[in-house]
Amino acid sequence: MEFDHILIRFGEMALKGKNRKHFERQLLENVQFRLGEFRRVKVKKTRGRMYVLLNGEDAEEVMKACQQVFGIYSLSFAIHTENELEKLKEAVLSAVQAEHGARTFKISAKRADKSFPLTSDDLNPALGGHILKNTEGLSVDVHHPDVELKVEIRHEGAYVTSKDYPGAGGFPVGTTGKAMIMLSGGIDSPVAGYLTMKRGVEIEAVHFHSPPYTNERAKQKVLDIAQELSRYGKRIKVHIVPFTAIQQKIHKDIPDSYGMTITRRMMLKITEKIARQQGALAITTGESLGQVASQTMESMNTINEVTDYPVIRPLVTMDKLEIINIAEKIDTYDISIRPYEDCCTIFVPKEPKTKPNREKTVAIEQSVDFSGYIEEAVGNIETIHINGKSEGRKQESFADLF
Amino acid sequence: MIYLDNSATTRPYEGVLDTFTRTAERFYANSSSIHALGGEAERLLESSRERVLSWLGVKEGSVIFTSGGTESNNLAVKGTALMHMSRGKHLVTTRVEHPSILETFQSLESFGFDVTYLEVDAYGRVAPEDVQKAVREDTILVSVMSVNNEMGTVQPIEEIAAFLSDWPKVYFHVDHVQGFGKVDLPFHEAAVDMCSLSGHKIHGIKGTGALYKKDHVRLFPLQHGGGQEGGERAGTENLPGIVAFTKAMRLIKEEQQEKARELQRLRNYAYEELEKMDGTVVNSPERGAPHILNFSLPGYKPETVIHSLGERGIYISTKSACSSKEPDKSSVLDACGVSGEAASSALRVSLSYSTTETEVRQFITALSEVKASLIKTMEV
Repeated sequence: MEFDHILIRFGEMALKGKNRKHFERQLLENVQFRLGEFRRVKVKKTRGRMYVLLNGEDAEEVMKACQQVFGIYSLSFAIHTENELEKLKEAVLSAVQAEHGARTFKISAKRADKSFPLTSDDLNPALGGHILKNTEGLSVDVHHPDVELKVEIRHEGAYVTSKDYPGAGGFPVGTTGKAMIMLSGGIDSPVAGYLTMKRGVEIEAVHFHSPPYTNERAKQKVLDIAQELSRYGKRIKVHIVPFTAIQQKIHKDIPDSYGMTITRRMMLKITEKIARQQGALAITTGESLGQVASQTMESMNTINEVTDYPVIRPLVTMDKLEIINIAEKIDTYDISIRPYEDCCTIFVPKEPKTKPNREKTVAIEQSVDFSGYIEEAVGNIETIHINGKSEGRKQESFADLF
Repeated sequence: MIYLDNSATTRPYEGVLDTFTRTAERFYANSSSIHALGGEAERLLESSRERVLSWLGVKEGSVIFTSGGTESNNLAVKGTALMHMSRGKHLVTTRVEHPSILETFQSLESFGFDVTYLEVDAYGRVAPEDVQKAVREDTILVSVMSVNNEMGTVQPIEEIAAFLSDWPKVYFHVDHVQGFGKVDLPFHEAAVDMCSLSGHKIHGIKGTGALYKKDHVRLFPLQHGGGQEGGERAGTENLPGIVAFTKAMRLIKEEQQEKARELQRLRNYAYEELEKMDGTVVNSPERGAPHILNFSLPGYKPETVIHSLGERGIYISTKSACSSKEPDKSSVLDACGVSGEAASSALRVSLSYSTTETEVRQFITALSEVKASLIKTMEV
């Protein structure tokens, strides 16, 4: 017998009342979406858990994919068999043999289907004895076994599982609302997006594009990042905001030292407008306290003044190296370090204010009328849908060549 | 026409030619240009690279697109030798490699490199233990082909890789030109550091190919210039050829899925028929690659046989096409210990997935007719 299922556990997460149903439905949908590339796989839900039927797909690959889905606490490979003692014996033997290097084991049988003739106390020695008879060098250790084989007798058949694999934790994306993330293309914002998604938040992205100062490759970078992020949730909309006119206006009419601060304020203002239109209730950024001029406490205070939307800053307490570690893990790092300029690196003043004064900034900004520019930028947004499949949008236009 | 010289080169798939022309028409921009057309070409190039990795069945590592098997082999061998000579100057290969490997190693000997050429058994197979014995502290490279181009012998790549995994500083290169799409290499687990591929052997287009390498592998480039291919192979990329090559990889993999058993059956059939035939000696191992058969007609000049078959519209070859112009006997057969007469009358039949049973039958009949009609011109 071979492992033909993956068991997904999420019951351990705190789930209350009505939320539970919503949570389970969303998780099922997300798992199905993530496993879309494995055509033969089927996902089924029973009370309190889920099973992935492998149907011959590569078990390790499917496991890896499942481990990326938020809302899963732990997973195990499982053998599904009929409720018959002989079949169960065969299954536990196969399961323990799949664990290379294990020297001790333990059987924990549970009988949810009470019509099964043997009780748990009868099953443990019967199955354990079968393993001892048919293997060499394995012994029973009920306190600290290398492998704990769990046998569950249910109405629909029995499941034998061994090792637990950790899930991604968090909540299923789509269960806790929607946030608008500001994606520059740098290293930090994708990580912020990933961590926000971990808490069950669906994200849409905003990117500020300033052609001809920033080029198509810079925009592509952001789309490629969104593609990577979409693996953890589902479709991601990317709103590309034409930002050239505003940046030129700031450069022309705002004192150099305030240019950066006011640029950031404009971005946040526009993001809030998009969030409002799209029904997002929060804004997420990759800001980390003290990293650069715009991320000092004074800058944050001054920039944040333009919105009363909650701004989620998952990286605010993290060090650069911690952020890079996550970026590497989620495969956005290599995309982020592509050397194209984004709108934050052009028109950089020689000496930006690292400690802008809030009142003074507001006064300077009010001396220029940006309202028409903002309206025009918001009115000309290009929205791109990233579909989350590993055969991504970026390859679609050439797919017919291959 | 019956074409049985597929190890020399293959007929391009129709879809490959179509992809070639469409790419050449639509994506002619230089992928290094910063304008949008260049960006598009660049994405197509990178997309090809990803697909090559996936057709090889690997997740990590990179792909350097080259002009074919010979260049890939040269880059792997000289690139390693020049990059790592300060660490050691000992190289290991076998006596039955393709000339693009053997000649390259020989050229390095004149620069003070010490090369061990491993002996093979009667079927051209190298013993993994011999690799083990040959490797020393100053060894920097071991290069062994997966499938021999003249004999169809399949080398024990997995065993060699398993042994070499204890020698992390020794690069292991596999010339997989004859193997891809026919004999699978266990890349994902085996410690194969580099692998050469050729487009025109898999129904792609001539002048295309690739060298796969793991991420830790550093090579000294043979072509310096504009920094293309990670700086390891400069020169504007042959994008239409690259995309066509990538497509050929997919198509031959699909054919392999569908027709591997049929090809094996045809080869077994031809093997048995040649064994039965009077006066023929089959040189290939019984269990070899499913598309190559080498046999000798002692007493008959191979060239005469080839021309007589050619008159009947059947095309096979002597030894490998790459060295057919030398009248001498095959060095591969010599390495296998095949005696002088058989070694100088060797012929090679190489099948493809589109070869039919009727074609193989016709070839066998034609061969016995040709043999009966010809006068032996050499002493047996």
